[in-house]
Amino acid sequence: MRIDDKLIKRRRGAQAIMWSVFRSASLINAAALGIICIFLFVNGLPAITWEFLSQPPRDSMTAGGILPCIIGTVILSVGSMLVSFPLGVGTAIYLNEYARPGKTVRLIRLGIANLAGVPSVVFGLFGLAFFVTFLGMGVSILSGVLTLAILVLPVIIGTAEEALKSVPSTYREASLGLGATKWQTIRMVVLPAALPGMLTGAILGLSRAAGETAAIMFTAAVFFAPKLPTSIFSDVMALPYHIYVLATAGTEIEKTRPLQYGTALVLIALVLGMNLIAIIYRAKLQRKR
Amino acid sequence: MAISRKLKDDLIRNLFLVTAMTSIIALGLIMVYLFLEGAPIFEHVSVGGFLFGNFWYPTADPPEFGILPMIVASIAVTVFSSIIAIPLGVMTALYLAEIATPRMRGVFKPLVELLAALPSVVIGFFGMVVVAPFLQETFDLNTGLNLLNASLMLAFMSVPTICSVSEDAIYAVPRELKEASLALGATHWETIRRVILPSSLSGVSTAIILGMSRAIGETMVVLMVAGGAAMIPTSIFSPLRPMPSSIAAEMAEAPFRSDHYHALFAIGVVLFLFTLVFNIIAQHIAEKHKQVGAATL
Repeated sequence: MRIDDKLIKRRRGAQAIMWSVFRSASLINAAALGIICIFLFVNGLPAITWEFLSQPPRDSMTAGGILPCIIGTVILSVGSMLVSFPLGVGTAIYLNEYARPGKTVRLIRLGIANLAGVPSVVFGLFGLAFFVTFLGMGVSILSGVLTLAILVLPVIIGTAEEALKSVPSTYREASLGLGATKWQTIRMVVLPAALPGMLTGAILGLSRAAGETAAIMFTAAVFFAPKLPTSIFSDVMALPYHIYVLATAGTEIEKTRPLQYGTALVLIALVLGMNLIAIIYRAKLQRKR
Repeated sequence: MAISRKLKDDLIRNLFLVTAMTSIIALGLIMVYLFLEGAPIFEHVSVGGFLFGNFWYPTADPPEFGILPMIVASIAVTVFSSIIAIPLGVMTALYLAEIATPRMRGVFKPLVELLAALPSVVIGFFGMVVVAPFLQETFDLNTGLNLLNASLMLAFMSVPTICSVSEDAIYAVPRELKEASLALGATHWETIRRVILPSSLSGVSTAIILGMSRAIGETMVVLMVAGGAAMIPTSIFSPLRPMPSSIAAEMAEAPFRSDHYHALFAIGVVLFLFTLVFNIIAQHIAEKHKQVGAATL
């Protein structure tokens, strides 16, 4: 009996030890996120002034603000979403509403899964070879938007499919039973019910596109653009690329540190803010269900 | 009337089919254009000489296009970051799926998602301004931009991938298995170790491979913190230059359609093939060992 007690104690002890190990693993992740955010917040906040947010850089980028970068990033991410959202939702509708299991579906899924795994710098190379060179769009907003659109496509498809799956099949059956065609059912019944879920995907896609650097390096972004973009064929400045350039290639890396911190803070505020909105919105949707 | 309705429906169906083909077409175009722009370099250097050449002097005369140091560097950062990321990711997944109370889960899960959302350039920046000086001082090095720094930063980029995919796998373990083990008197930890982990192993392996694929393809982090020396690393403090950082750093300087330009595309091809193989292995495992109901296990 006493041995049994000991054994049980030991087994419980092992469990308690493992539990604290697992808990600390989670805490390490949280700490990493926290440290990066707090560090950027503390160092970046002094740089954030109205001038910083509303003026272009001056004195060869050692002073002034980041307005062109903010505008560039907004244009690139919103633009890529305008292209990617319809395509992604269309794909998800096909896969979830029309397709029957078979070769075609397997091929499409293979495409999506592998597209999701392509490194962003390879997207950049592809954008350079295809959009910039072959289609002759040059280093421009258009090239960047299209490259980013392909990059975020798997994210959009994934969330859109999830949203479609969560629409109860009774909705569809009721509509089809009333004599509606498949398309009418999708347009009037399924899509309205799935739209909120799809929007979460759009927000996540926006934030992904906003933070992306390597894909726009060769396709859209430049060190310095003297004017704000005037057409979709202009090149642009973008927040992530600005951080990279200031931190590595500038002539006065130390002198521009405050600008770098400020830009990084603006970028993570933008990206994490959008993600937070998506997370809260999704939680709300799930509670409603 | 009925015919036109059907016709319209068929047309729309086909429209969606075409839309759904976008991804596979995009993937195809990526392959074609990478190969088209990469292939010309092999007029000047053999495939073997390219892959296993030790020297990368693309602008010297005569130029040398050997990318072995970059391939080794890419593998090194991937392996070292995995050593950190795999335990961290899998343990976090176990915590979220098995141990955490719903409240704690509600706190930690969004945190992991936010970690995944951090732009890589920000993580690279953090590695440059905080981790690098720290390593340099602590270990008394010439530079803090090295293999260790890159691996640490990359680890935090692949943890969220590993964590969320393995969490799904752990979640999908049939309840009956877990209950049977607990009913036999096993503790919860013993159940995790002997029942839940083994039966979710395929999902967890998929997660690990996807995480590694993420690490090998990540660009901005290695570009900013790996140090950039195109030499085969000799210690964890060696500066090194993985494939993505070569492409990103040199593309701006390489004259359009020069040998250097084509060589960078050829590196892109190699990198693409690496990640493609990783992804195909991951999909293969996921499909072959699909978790099914308790009855078939």
